[in-house]
Amino acid sequence: MAWFNRQKANINTEQQREMPDGLWTKCPSCGEVIYKKELELNYFTCIKCRYHFRVGSNEYISFIFDEGSFVETNENIFSGDPLDFTDTKPYKERIADSIEKSGFNDAIITGYGTVNGKKLSIAIMNFSFIGGSMGSVVGEKIYRAAKYSLDKKVPLMIISASGGARMQEAALSLMQMAKTSAVLAELGEAGVPYISMLTDPTTGGVTASYAMLGDINIAEPGALIGFAGPRVIEQTIKKKLPAGFQRSEFLLDKGFIDFIVDRKELKEKLTSVLQWFEK
Amino acid sequence: MAANPILEFELPLYQLEEKIEEMRELGKSINLTKEIAELEKKVEDLRHDIYKNLTRWQRVQIARHPARPITLDYINGIFTNFQELHGDRSFGDDHAVIGGFAQLNEQSVMLVGHQKGRDTKSNLYRNFGMANPEGYRKALRLFKLAEKFNKPIITLLDTPGAFPGIEAEERGQAEAIARNLFEMSRLRVPIIVVIIGEGASGGAIGIGIGDRILMLENSWYSVISPESCSSILWRSWDFKEQAAEALKLTAKDLKEISVIDEIIPEPIGGAHRNHSLMFDILKKTLVSEIKSLIKEKPEKLVNARREKYYKLGVWEEK
Ligand SMILES: [Zn+2]
Repeated sequence: MAWFNRQKANINTEQQREMPDGLWTKCPSCGEVIYKKELELNYFTCIKCRYHFRVGSNEYISFIFDEGSFVETNENIFSGDPLDFTDTKPYKERIADSIEKSGFNDAIITGYGTVNGKKLSIAIMNFSFIGGSMGSVVGEKIYRAAKYSLDKKVPLMIISASGGARMQEAALSLMQMAKTSAVLAELGEAGVPYISMLTDPTTGGVTASYAMLGDINIAEPGALIGFAGPRVIEQTIKKKLPAGFQRSEFLLDKGFIDFIVDRKELKEKLTSVLQWFEK
Repeated sequence: MAANPILEFELPLYQLEEKIEEMRELGKSINLTKEIAELEKKVEDLRHDIYKNLTRWQRVQIARHPARPITLDYINGIFTNFQELHGDRSFGDDHAVIGGFAQLNEQSVMLVGHQKGRDTKSNLYRNFGMANPEGYRKALRLFKLAEKFNKPIITLLDTPGAFPGIEAEERGQAEAIARNLFEMSRLRVPIIVVIIGEGASGGAIGIGIGDRILMLENSWYSVISPESCSSILWRSWDFKEQAAEALKLTAKDLKEISVIDEIIPEPIGGAHRNHSLMFDILKKTLVSEIKSLIKEKPEKLVNARREKYYKLGVWEEK
């Protein structure tokens, strides 16, 4: 983060000069400049305004699972290029670049582990991989995570962060909405719990399938959650959208979220929810 | 817009047809039978050439043709005793989705479809076939009703997308669509889905899960419209033709990747050229599909449906 924020942050300039660049970050919500180490200790939430920074699957694994308990599964599934898709860049290249840049093989990881000793199967999306878009790999990995839950009778959790279906797989991406919803229906019939957690942002085909289908739907504070993106709505109705529109608190108010959970309390809340299902 | 506008690639055909008309007029005074017959043959050949080699974008244009039959036309043209059923029992009645009881020959069926309008007035009333959450919830209510009384379901897809509006979001557009996907995957009665025009994204698949997915030859079905795809991926509205090509959104494309089960051929030139022939063709297929599906046991039906969706997708395992 650039140094010109220092006045606002009210940090001693002398001290700051000695800091190598990149150790501080600025809260996009309140402008507070936070020492990165402190941000990390605070679950990547702002120490002043509680703003939840976007994080990826590695962070959620560390927030949720007992140390050393997490086992990743299905890590070797990669996107194909079924339609030989090219826009301004071939899809194959886009995938290769995203793998290199994000460090993930696709927009989701799956696995299982224990949460205060309770077993949990999980799928976590990574927004950093092509906007967390859902293509065949995301669909297949969710399918497999749900099948694992079904076989082992272990609750399933999906943490969503996505701009929606992946355009480069066109109709096949659309079919992943059906595939994931169908396997969740099967899971539901077997009486295995499914917890959906929506994080910033969750929109489009992901919201309109598995993200809204939890036995409970929970969300992080301030997350953008919707079907249509705000820009599309503004273009359609030619009006500015009200403040707070499509944020977690709005969805809670409209009845689509069971509760909002602060990251700091996620593990404890999750434990008590898992306990409710158990006993 | 004219009631029956001529698409650019159809123009040479219409010009020839006009010429034939002129010659017929003339033919009243001089004998032009031979010349007319020659020209008619030429029209037929040209028609064949044009429609066998349509680009994907040209098919999208046919799918949107203002004279193309829309849901209510199919209902009236194929079924009898249609009784529309209104409302989602919770918020209201969405005019962009219609449904109700009908008979297909002797068989009672539940019909649900997106409904577009024919002109400005009816399009405003139908919201251009863009459903709100209560439309999807009405559909689900009717699906459950069909399940309760063991009647097969037929859905007709024709939408430019679910409506992106403030109230649609407030009432849970995403939840309504998600719930339908979830429930349709487990309904214990046969479901036949027919894509009759435009199948845009979540708004289409929201009533589009089934045992048999049929698609009219000149319909399109994809995750996004070519225009929106162009604006997002190319950052300009000018690449809709390229986007249509890239999306591989035609019936033929989708049959190849198993997204649909069967292509329903259209009268040459498109369904708008001959409504009653279109109805006959579709009716024949529906009758035979229902006949085979109603024999299946519910468990088998649901399992096969699930397995079909579980197999969809292309990935590499390394
Ligand atoms: Zn802050």
